[in-house]
Amino acid sequence: MIVAETKPLEAVARMVQGYDRVLAVGCGTCVTVCFSGGRKEVATLAASLRMKRGIEGKPLQVDEAIVQRQCEWEYIDPLADQVRQYDAVLSLGCGVGVQALAQRFPGTRVLPALDTLFMGMPSEQGVWEERCQACGACILDKTGGICPVSRCAKQLFNGPCGGSRNGRCEVDAQVLCAWHLIWERAEALGMTDALMELEPPKDWSTSRDGGPRRMLRDDLRVPREEEGDE
Amino acid sequence: MSGDFQPDVVAFCCRHCAYAAADLAGGSRQSYPSAIKIVELPCTGRIDVVNVLHAFEDGADGVLIAGCLSGKCHYLKGNLYARQRVDYLRALLNEIGLDGERLRMVNISAAMGIRFAELAGEHVERVRSLGPNPLRRTTKQGAPA
Repeated sequence: MIVAETKPLEAVARMVQGYDRVLAVGCGTCVTVCFSGGRKEVATLAASLRMKRGIEGKPLQVDEAIVQRQCEWEYIDPLADQVRQYDAVLSLGCGVGVQALAQRFPGTRVLPALDTLFMGMPSEQGVWEERCQACGACILDKTGGICPVSRCAKQLFNGPCGGSRNGRCEVDAQVLCAWHLIWERAEALGMTDALMELEPPKDWSTSRDGGPRRMLRDDLRVPREEEGDE
Repeated sequence: MSGDFQPDVVAFCCRHCAYAAADLAGGSRQSYPSAIKIVELPCTGRIDVVNVLHAFEDGADGVLIAGCLSGKCHYLKGNLYARQRVDYLRALLNEIGLDGERLRMVNISAAMGIRFAELAGEHVERVRSLGPNPLRRTTKQGAPA
């Protein structure tokens, strides 16, 4: 899932300070399950903003809406009429959701109420950890299902480094050393021989280096009518 | 603060302890302030951040959350979850500009009727010293206290 956290109330309040009517829009997918942008979080932020502004003597109308996914047109299109009634939209979606709303409703200011952090998972209740950086060329087959790109501070492909201490990373003792985990996993799977082979430098051209990426599936695109029979 | 300020305090009470304790206080002729408006819950673990915020938004001057003693929750950890939410809420209330002290959580048993009356009285006095909820003048509930 995409993991995000709510911005401090003060920061959100500053973004909407010039407005009188705001629509807070949550997202029912990733940010709902990481408890930052679901129905309850929308209600919490909306009530907090209304109260803060009420106390300051500048009442703010904050209404609440939620869509199943802010990152797909079919889910956000039904908001069109509602959005027009507000000075601004406060998105409790990830960065993708904010941009989708902004692109779909160009005449309305769309503001981010969350900071998007990473792609990850809950390692235990109330704790989320990064697991993937979308490098575009997965090597988890070679590392026993443990990703050195997202979980090694140095993104090493031939680890561990000298900073691995008792299974922890020198950068942060809270963080498990990815290469220590990879080695333990390889031992359990009887695959340590494969780890002794030197991994050549990674080709990062599939990652962010070439700018924003795009995935194309011709078989899924809407056919153009002029493409006639053969 | 003016002496005639009569606070409204919403008390979210677990039915297994505090709600029964409030009942016992009444049955024992132990008075507690009429400012206390009790909402019965199956467990304080049922309380949500939004419930408390809406109570304040609708004009409550204070909120009391009363749950079971540590280790005595009928649902094992409901009172502990409630405590964590109260800590979060107190910080949020400060950010909002409402004093976090307006919210308090207490832990009692069903047998502690007198203690319930004492704790309820203490919180009402605390809220009275903080003055009216500044939102009272703007909420839909309307008129100033």
